[in-house]
Amino acid sequence: MSTENGNLLSVRDLCVVFKTEDGTVKAVDGISFEVKRGETLGIVGESGSGKTVANLSLLRLIPEPPGKIESGFIEFGGRDLLKLSQTEIRGLRGKRIAMIFQDPMTSLNPFMRVSKQLMEVTQLHLGHTKQQARAHAIKMLEQVGIPDAHERVDSYPHEFSGGMRQRVMIAMALSCQPELLIADEPTTALDVTIQAQILELIKHLKSETGASVILITHDLGVVAGMTDRVVVMYAGKLFEEAPTRELFERTANPYTKGLLRSVPDPTSEHETLYQIPGQPPDLAHLPPGCPFAPRCERAEEICRREFPPFVELTMSHRSLCHFANEIYAETKSAA
Amino acid sequence: MLRFIIRRVIVIIPMLLIVVSLTWTLVRLAPGSFYTGEKKLAPAVEKNLREKYGLDKPWYVQYGKVLKNIARFDFGNSLKYEGQSVNQILLRALPVSATLGITAYLIALLVGITMGALAALKPNSWLDYASMTLAMLGISIPNFVLGPLLVLLFSLTLFWFPPALWNGFPSKSLVLPALTLSAIYIAYIARLTRSGMLEVMRSDYIRTARAKGLSETQVVTRHALRGGLLPVVSFSGPALAFLITGTVVVERIFALPGLGNYFINACFNRDEPLIIGIVAFIAISVLVFNLLVDISYAFIDPRIRY
Repeated sequence: MSTENGNLLSVRDLCVVFKTEDGTVKAVDGISFEVKRGETLGIVGESGSGKTVANLSLLRLIPEPPGKIESGFIEFGGRDLLKLSQTEIRGLRGKRIAMIFQDPMTSLNPFMRVSKQLMEVTQLHLGHTKQQARAHAIKMLEQVGIPDAHERVDSYPHEFSGGMRQRVMIAMALSCQPELLIADEPTTALDVTIQAQILELIKHLKSETGASVILITHDLGVVAGMTDRVVVMYAGKLFEEAPTRELFERTANPYTKGLLRSVPDPTSEHETLYQIPGQPPDLAHLPPGCPFAPRCERAEEICRREFPPFVELTMSHRSLCHFANEIYAETKSAA
Repeated sequence: MLRFIIRRVIVIIPMLLIVVSLTWTLVRLAPGSFYTGEKKLAPAVEKNLREKYGLDKPWYVQYGKVLKNIARFDFGNSLKYEGQSVNQILLRALPVSATLGITAYLIALLVGITMGALAALKPNSWLDYASMTLAMLGISIPNFVLGPLLVLLFSLTLFWFPPALWNGFPSKSLVLPALTLSAIYIAYIARLTRSGMLEVMRSDYIRTARAKGLSETQVVTRHALRGGLLPVVSFSGPALAFLITGTVVVERIFALPGLGNYFINACFNRDEPLIIGIVAFIAISVLVFNLLVDISYAFIDPRIRY
């Protein structure tokens, strides 16, 4: 099933556009990344950076119109997902690639018993009978740590707390043992204590099933604890890609640097919290040159004039910046 | 749930009292009387009539009698249709109105939901514009215009359906009145369905359903319809109540012996017991159907508990 180089998923030059009243907006602009088997990839970025759109595009779930996947390849299991028929892509959804969404309060159907929502997936993809599907649903709920699963299985979503609902979502996503799990900010809507539990659960289930995970988040703390590699997105573009440890220790991108600096540090008492100045750019009216230049501390004349190159620093570390090499060298001496 | 129902049933009593009192007052305030005719009656005859029907007694005695009758669900005898009680007339006319009303509403549900759902699934397509234009026409054209137009086309030109006849259900004679009556309801339901479905189709749980690999048809029928049709359900209560208890204009156009037609005649004739009987019946129906809708919510949306 896997391609020769061990990649489960490989995205090449993906462009996704949205038609708005302001004109055509490139929500995702030529990004490329891979996910290896058994790996957890983190995708980081501010709101509106295109991380959710990019991942919805993997399953062709962006609303069309107004959205449109303009170009690119998404190779999964040796096939280009963008060339599959509707029936073929539906066969992958929920079976080999599953998704967990941000808000468990609204992502479950409020009119339908949890049992039915869980059974639906395995009846569809695994050809389960009602009895089999029900037994499987109860087993999945037990696996994600829902107490009294055989009783709670017939509850409605509103009878669960937020954390429990996210567990139900995870149970649903993992029902068919997918090879790739896309978790789109799975803990953003939850309390901090529940966040840790949910992340631990994803980590645990991942190690049991051997699935690859794409974890979309804006929380660098989550990235540090969960992922093997990180992709940083800004304004629909991929800004930096590096192994997690390297990114934290030796970033080669001013934007990533800003993100890292804006993580609150509990040991420093007096310093006010750092924030990157300015606002993310309006995607419909991007400035020429580097989209981050107006907010960048290091920006020079060339940044406002020319689009930056994608600099390859090591085999696994790339950064979109005119001064990537310089920053990389500086962070080395600092480390 | 039971407490909720009991409370709502009890509320019907004061509501009914208000409606009946207002109706009685209006009938009494209107000039003329049921015995008023072309020819002026001799004073002695008029006196006898007033005595016979208790009109010589003080108003509170007469009003009290009306209330007493209603409490026993016996509205007395019609003043115009001699020898017939109001209850007999209600029983005779109700099936006509109900048959027409239910047929019209079924047509409206079927056509309206289909039109609205199709429009919602392909917003801003020609299908959307076509069904919303039709809906706009349905709302704008009054049934006293639509009815005669249909009669002119299908009865008097094409001779497909009778212009005025009652043969019960199912019959050819039902087609034109039911269509005329359903037009505006088709329009309302189509618009309600469209906006309800559009909202639901944008919601997160529909995205979840798609991410599961369900086909678009399954997504709509299993996940979207239930939430999308909630507005139609709340509209259905009062709509059905009014449809079943008779529609004045359509029954008049097609000369159908339903409640609406009797109601008009009763008003022209100052047939006080019949007017109050029909009004009380309509009021009770509206209140009961609204209650039924509220109860059905609890079954459609599990989050609602009374």
